[in-house]
Amino acid sequence: MTKVSASPVVIVDNLTKHFGEVRAVERISFEVLPLSTTALVGGNGAGKTTTLSILLGLLLPTSGTVTVFGENILRHRHRVLGRMNFSSPYVDLPRRLSVAENLTVYAHLYGLDRIPERLRALARDLEITAFLNRPTGELSAGQKTRVALAKALLNEPRLLLLDEPTASLDPDTGDWVRAYLESWRRRTGATIILASHNMAEVERLCDHILIMRDGRIVERGTPAELIGRHGKSNLEDVFLSIAREPSGVAGKDFSAVAQ
Amino acid sequence: MSDASDIIAAREVFSWRRVAALLLRHLYVLRRSWPRLLELAYWPTMQMMLWGFITTFFLEHSTWVAQAAAVLISAVLLWDVLFRSNLGVALSFIEEIWSRNLGQLFVSPLRPYELVSSLLIMSFIRTIISVTPAAFLALPFFDVWVFQLGPPLIAFFANLLIMGWSVGLVVSALVLRYGLGAESLCWLGIFLVGPISGIYYPIATLPGWLQPVAWALPSAYVFEGMRGVLFEQVFRVDFFAAAVALNVIYLALSCAFFLFMFHTARKKGLLLQQGE
Repeated sequence: MTKVSASPVVIVDNLTKHFGEVRAVERISFEVLPLSTTALVGGNGAGKTTTLSILLGLLLPTSGTVTVFGENILRHRHRVLGRMNFSSPYVDLPRRLSVAENLTVYAHLYGLDRIPERLRALARDLEITAFLNRPTGELSAGQKTRVALAKALLNEPRLLLLDEPTASLDPDTGDWVRAYLESWRRRTGATIILASHNMAEVERLCDHILIMRDGRIVERGTPAELIGRHGKSNLEDVFLSIAREPSGVAGKDFSAVAQ
Repeated sequence: MSDASDIIAAREVFSWRRVAALLLRHLYVLRRSWPRLLELAYWPTMQMMLWGFITTFFLEHSTWVAQAAAVLISAVLLWDVLFRSNLGVALSFIEEIWSRNLGQLFVSPLRPYELVSSLLIMSFIRTIISVTPAAFLALPFFDVWVFQLGPPLIAFFANLLIMGWSVGLVVSALVLRYGLGAESLCWLGIFLVGPISGIYYPIATLPGWLQPVAWALPSAYVFEGMRGVLFEQVFRVDFFAAAVALNVIYLALSCAFFLFMFHTARKKGLLLQQGE
């Protein structure tokens, strides 16, 4: 196991992204500590995916800075992309390529060694060995999710970003994915940031939560802190109470609140 | 844990391995799809056959055309080099968008110019697969051996290939910026330059005002050069030099345009949104 430093893996400072008149993200700031699982939570259009895209360097912000592993991601994304990875149901792998072919291509893109051994171990771990040679486009949603996870874990990332990792999965498969992610994080000591609508998932996986609304962070804390602060019995109710507040109230900016 | 060597490899400014990874991605598709391979070779062969039979018919009616059989068939094949080279770049790029793979690619350490390199190499491979069968079939069908052009054939091929790359990169950049709505430019773009490239007739045939436009295209020098070799057995070095110079300029501009559009796509958040 690599020695883990206590300095934040991710530092987001005053991040803003406007698309013309649309304020997708507005002056958000937060830090993500090593070994943590942080959730970006919010309704549709809250700014979660925009934030993830900026963290990955796929999207340039209007202003603000993002530091990942001590590097400015906006200027030097290639210095850290090899230590990160990403999975989302909204991107795909080439459908005509077999699972093994897709994973081989990405293994080369990440400059990995001992590719056949890595693929075999990962396939065993994620239970995808049986369909390694099938075209990716012919897989079920659950199988595709596991293959997408395999791609995201190929380079054994120190920082894993997940956009709605269990969207459109049946409860059993969703539970399998959550259990896998829990054990993977414990085993590897990696850091996870995930965007999700699923409050049960967030409550189970995450030790820190950022609730976004209208591009701002309107609440943050551990699941227990949020539940206690809002006097609710679970995160779902916390989320609903924030979502139903008039926007002027929910729009208050908690970005200055220390973690 | 990731090995330190993996991390160093991921930080390399240019990696042939990442370029090769993308080539592998397209070769996997070609390998498992014989209809695609067949389609690549089909159209150039059909074009060659069509023009070959038309020429054979006219052979009996015109002494000029009697000398021109090799010219027309060579022109058809060289035009296909240009056409297929353009498609080789643009379709390889659009395939990433069709498969919603672009966002995945660019969260890996892949750099945009490595993507461009892989598109150009893939275009070369596709073009060779496309035109080789037609070039060889011209011999048994029409007694035309296109390789009689000799070493100049390599010069013509290379110039048309590079011009096709430039057009393909511009089209790809427009698709990146404007989405699959711009997809048809793959086919339309190259046909814009067809009539003014002097493929089947000299540039002098064009109206006077259009001729300067034609001479701004590398393809005009290639096809005039080809006629020079076949009719007069002269390789025009000046035409070759002009085509090379124009290609260098256009390829540099098209690469810059693609990279600029990539930057624009990062500003507008298009890399994750592309797809059918």
